[in-house]
Amino acid sequence: MSTPSQTVGPFFGYALPYADGPYVVPEWHPDSIRIRGRVLDGAGEPLPDALVEIWQADADGNVARGGGALRRAGKDFSGFGRCGTDAAGNFWFSTIKPGGPAPYIAVLVFARGLLKPVATRIYFPGEPGNATDPVLSAVPVDRRDTLVAVQEGERSYRFDVHLRGEQETVFFERYFG
Amino acid sequence: MTDPNPPYLYPPYGSTPLRAPSRPLVMPSYGPDAIELVSPVFGHEELGLLDNDLTRQHSGDPIGERIIVTGRVLDSGGRPVPNALVEIWQANAAGRYIHLREQHPAPLDPNFTGAGRCLTDADGRYRFVTVKPGAYPWGNHHNAWRPAHIHFSVFGTAFTQRLVTQMYFPGDPLFAYDPIFQSIPDEKARERLVSRFDIDTTVPDWSLAYQWDIVLGATPTEA
Repeated sequence: MSTPSQTVGPFFGYALPYADGPYVVPEWHPDSIRIRGRVLDGAGEPLPDALVEIWQADADGNVARGGGALRRAGKDFSGFGRCGTDAAGNFWFSTIKPGGPAPYIAVLVFARGLLKPVATRIYFPGEPGNATDPVLSAVPVDRRDTLVAVQEGERSYRFDVHLRGEQETVFFERYFG
Repeated sequence: MTDPNPPYLYPPYGSTPLRAPSRPLVMPSYGPDAIELVSPVFGHEELGLLDNDLTRQHSGDPIGERIIVTGRVLDSGGRPVPNALVEIWQANAAGRYIHLREQHPAPLDPNFTGAGRCLTDADGRYRFVTVKPGAYPWGNHHNAWRPAHIHFSVFGTAFTQRLVTQMYFPGDPLFAYDPIFQSIPDEKARERLVSRFDIDTTVPDWSLAYQWDIVLGATPTEA
């Protein structure tokens, strides 16, 4: 039997977030994109105490195996990012669009009141491969949009996480027996 | 095997009703290339030498009962997971977190921050030196107290195994009254969160010790 999950609680702010966390790539990286969003509860109120983690392949679709996510200092692409939400529920990442026919970024959100994390994915708008992506295709049609980022600028995207309610984001099962 | 995890919605824990997803989770049809089937990698050069000793991060010794906490990170087949990043954070011996939003009228300790991390060794073993955290009150309900605990964050070999949980101490009288602990439906699963006193790891004239193993969930490819 696996060890059960417990909430991250409200007091992780001095322990888990770190300065380089949101910079999966530096903002001056020629292919950098910015993803920003908010984490919202069932009443539409922002969560000031959520932790967002992202994990993704590089621009060629390769997965980093070399470390360098905690102390980035000129290291190769690590693919992992972490950002705590601010008082208005905002998180952000500087990263690159991963490679592949339907690029996506894996997301976990932790928070006080979440006894276990929620898992979702960020897909990108206008990607022809989205239509045949096996994970996205298994999501009910009327809810697929919750997994697709909104383009805000040439290199900027918005992705809000609605934990509950009318616009509830699609979350994936994390228990596999 | 039945899922040992708590549900999202557990009304006795008052923060869950507005934050728990209400729709059924979607079973992901991960292909062999899915990023969720691998985990970020972390290296020793990214950690400080004293990151796993919470009693040596300041100029003086923290107040409290010094303890060594060790254990192994194991996969669902009982195999050790080496090089797993383990992060911990906790209240000080008086039950006070250094966090700004913490309001409990108990003293801060200038010699204790309460955060640490390490990588598991080849046998999947982690080891921290810290002080035993105190219980503390919280606003969930009248006279609500959290049992003493250390928060753990663990990366396995797949992002689906990513685990954040809490380690408790044996025999805590607050277990019965704590909705976070009680949110886990199965009693045996709850017991998985309770460390055991470990006389073999104690250091005479210096430190008590607790032992606690962490078992990660099966990955989609193992299921």
